[in-house]
Amino acid sequence: MRTAVRDALAEEMRRDDRVVLFGEDIAAAGGVFKATPGLAEEFGDERVFDTPISELALAGAAFGSAVTGLRPVIEIMFGDFMALAMDSLVNQAAKYWYMSNEQAPVPLVVRCAVGAGGRFGAIHSQTPATWLQSVAGLKIVAPAFPDDARGLIAAAVRDPNPVIVLEHKRLYPVKGEIGAEPVEIGSARVVRSGADITIVSVMRGVHDALAAADTLAAAGVDAEVIDLRSLRPLDHATVVESVRKTSRLLAVEEGTELGGWASGLVGAVAARALGDLDDVWTLTTPDTPIPYSPVLEDAFLPDADAIARSVLERLAVAGPA
Amino acid sequence: MSNAGGGSSPAVAAVEHEGLLDLYGQMVRIRAFEDEMQRLFLRGEIHGTVHLYTGQEACSVGVCSALSAGDRVAATYRGHGAALAMGTEPRALAAELMGRSTGVCGGRAGSMNVIDLDHGLIGCFGIVGGSIAAATGAGLSLQRTGGVAVAFFGDGATNHGYFHECLNFARVRRLPVVFVCENNLYGEFTPMASVTAGGDIRARAAGYDMPAEKVDGNDVELVRAAAREAVDHARRGDGPAFLECLTYSHLGHSKTDPGAYRADGELETWMARDPLTVASERLAQAGMPADEITGREAAVRSDVQAGVALAVADPYPDPGDPAAEYAQ
Repeated sequence: MRTAVRDALAEEMRRDDRVVLFGEDIAAAGGVFKATPGLAEEFGDERVFDTPISELALAGAAFGSAVTGLRPVIEIMFGDFMALAMDSLVNQAAKYWYMSNEQAPVPLVVRCAVGAGGRFGAIHSQTPATWLQSVAGLKIVAPAFPDDARGLIAAAVRDPNPVIVLEHKRLYPVKGEIGAEPVEIGSARVVRSGADITIVSVMRGVHDALAAADTLAAAGVDAEVIDLRSLRPLDHATVVESVRKTSRLLAVEEGTELGGWASGLVGAVAARALGDLDDVWTLTTPDTPIPYSPVLEDAFLPDADAIARSVLERLAVAGPA
Repeated sequence: MSNAGGGSSPAVAAVEHEGLLDLYGQMVRIRAFEDEMQRLFLRGEIHGTVHLYTGQEACSVGVCSALSAGDRVAATYRGHGAALAMGTEPRALAAELMGRSTGVCGGRAGSMNVIDLDHGLIGCFGIVGGSIAAATGAGLSLQRTGGVAVAFFGDGATNHGYFHECLNFARVRRLPVVFVCENNLYGEFTPMASVTAGGDIRARAAGYDMPAEKVDGNDVELVRAAAREAVDHARRGDGPAFLECLTYSHLGHSKTDPGAYRADGELETWMARDPLTVASERLAQAGMPADEITGREAAVRSDVQAGVALAVADPYPDPGDPAAEYAQ
């Protein structure tokens, strides 16, 4: 996954010299998650550079440069730090194309490492997707596989308006084939076909859902798994098409039920296909900050076992022997 | 950069007052515009609130007169002056404030958020300090083209994280940005001195290792001279520069502000230092005939009033238009 991120950035920078990359420790050090090594050497200080620890300036400079001719890609090291960058993203970048009456687009990309399970505690483990999901004018992508990471980052850099790229920390070591084509932002993908239930997630949750599907198969439940890949815009159509077949929907989110994308998704699907649904629910995290202790954090996260258990209970099916 | 009301007078050929009649004309243009906007606000034609620039005209006119084609400006929610100084048409600006389809942003933006890229205005920023960030980013782009970005902001913004983060960022990247603080002594309704540690804004900027000057912001010639130095510094590739313009808002913070916090006599003192008066008296002292000065004022006011009158008759956007379906 790391290689996919770096290769996508390198490829886009070779294609278009307006693409510049800046952030904290991304140049000389190659990023604290090692997603950008070698780029400073290839493209030089004018296009790849380290910044002060100044998220207001980082996001603000990304916005200002995007509306005056550059195509900046910035890294906000941990998604949690997005709270500091939100003014420029939410109040300026997201609104500029519309508010200016379409005088100029805002081609900027923000990459950030998100997600729990790394024992980083409450303030280095969040996934800020839903902080941003309600903001018209933003796009949010959240790849689960290296190929999609590459394709979505390529699409993000080429997009005329702001795109947030969420990279799950626990997916950086994931290996996989990498293609060369951009992936359409806002398009979900059925990653496992099934007839009995549709399980929807993003990023790490897709891997957990796939593992849960194997467990469920052993119990005679045939699960379809959908990787949303983008959280804004959100591909309701693919999910609706799936539940028309399976009649059951479970949305798995590494985040709280209240205000979460999973709750929003089941609501939207119900509004479009209530007559096709026998059951619909979400599996989310407890309503607390993310705990530090490994024991607490593991219990906090909806992993593959939790997903399988939840489905079996809900369907009143006995588990595999 | 706009050239309101015609050419220079040979009567003021003295080098020390180069183009002063034109600068005066541009300030009158802003004053006349704001007079019209105050009237339209009271009539209910302008919605929400409006932050008038009356009294601060010399700052934006002086600074923008030092710029060249290709330079960019980011201003504040008190941004009508910067927009007009960069060349935004009074009719298009007035229409925007009234939410009309002919507005410079089609009525989508409003007074606090005017954007006019064709005239080099990146935008007016409704968040305090937002202009500082936008200009810093523009500096990254302009570093490639030889242009200069200007951030206008108030004294209040110098207590904001954007000020400190962006001055540092711009300095370490040697960006061609001129940071212009229009110190009008109040952040909203609160006296600057009571909320600003040390009380010396120029010194704060100097602490970020850039040239930092403080000028009488009601004297357009002094502002222009200081701005030229700052702009030249930035354009040479020597990095950012800072300029503090000491000025005063005659009409308070916004249209909901009666100005009750002002000390007795303060407004009168500043009215006597009205930037338009400072400029017109200097023109007279330099030997310009009174009728030429008043003639310029009348011509500019008439031009603004004609533009505003057209805007008042302009149509509202059609709510049936697919604004919600704009291509994201």
